Amino acid sequence: MTMAIPENDSYQLAGKSYHSRLIVGTGKYADFEQTKEAIALTGAEIVTVAVRRVNITDPTQPNLLDYITPDKYTILPNTAGCYTAEDAVRTCRLAREAGVGKLVKLEVIGDERNLYPDVTATIEAAAELVKDGFDVLPYITDDPVACKKLEDVGCAAVMPLAAPIGSGLGIRNPYSIKIILEQSSVPVIVDAGVGTASDAAFAMELGCTAVLMNTAIAGADDPLAMARAMNLAVDAGRTAFLAGRIGKKLYASASSPITDLIG
Amino acid sequence: MKLVVNGEKQEFSGQPTIAGLLDELGLSGKKLAVELNRTVVQKTEWESTDLHDDDSLEIVHFVGGG
Repeated sequence: MTMAIPENDSYQLAGKSYHSRLIVGTGKYADFEQTKEAIALTGAEIVTVAVRRVNITDPTQPNLLDYITPDKYTILPNTAGCYTAEDAVRTCRLAREAGVGKLVKLEVIGDERNLYPDVTATIEAAAELVKDGFDVLPYITDDPVACKKLEDVGCAAVMPLAAPIGSGLGIRNPYSIKIILEQSSVPVIVDAGVGTASDAAFAMELGCTAVLMNTAIAGADDPLAMARAMNLAVDAGRTAFLAGRIGKKLYASASSPITDLIG
Repeated sequence: MKLVVNGEKQEFSGQPTIAGLLDELGLSGKKLAVELNRTVVQKTEWESTDLHDDDSLEIVHFVGGG
């Protein structure tokens, strides 16, 4: 697929250069084959995975990393399901030991119903992980103060939510995202809450570095079609951002010449 | 020897090291990580790390997630 995006439009994350601004999760797909196919269609270079107990009663089960291979993708383990800083740090240490590097998506959840992050525990865990040598990408509320604190403790990016995880509500507070963009000197990645292609395009139009999603693709009626739609949307939004949109005006501005009309 | 592996009580009679346990569970050679009593044990230490009665282990790997 040919895209209008400039070849040199890339961004740096934890010392590595990426071209695709779409980061995708691997949860909720029908099977590993579908996961692999959908992720290929998104064009993503970074994929998130979760850390869970091995099924010790059936060790022959297939492994996700046989389908989403670390030679092709940057594997980004998450700490989803952790409710304390301690559990999140333990999970990151386990993930690093499993051999996919030191980049981690930090989530410390504060409420099981809305899955909003526990901000103080997230900052605490982030500080400890940075000290331990991790490149930390924290999932956080769309709160400029929390984002600033995470940047100050040394996070490699900040990842404000668009809306609650899996809600599909899109970017609920673009003005907060704009403030976060203005103040941050690390990449700003919108994480969670995207519902459809226009939401992803909007994140890019705001100037976000990247957008991270899972349910919007895996939960669509046709995940493969939505994977392609998100790929196109992120490129469209990014290209529009680079193109520089027109200003918003209250009154009309004619597109056709207003002189030399017939008498 | 009594161990707690991934939250389940297990009777284990094999070689009392982490490597021995993984071998008995059919998990040798898989991409995974191991915690012994809440501390991660590096792969290079699996052969030399002895297990004792009532040790608690977490054996994890990567699954789909967002």
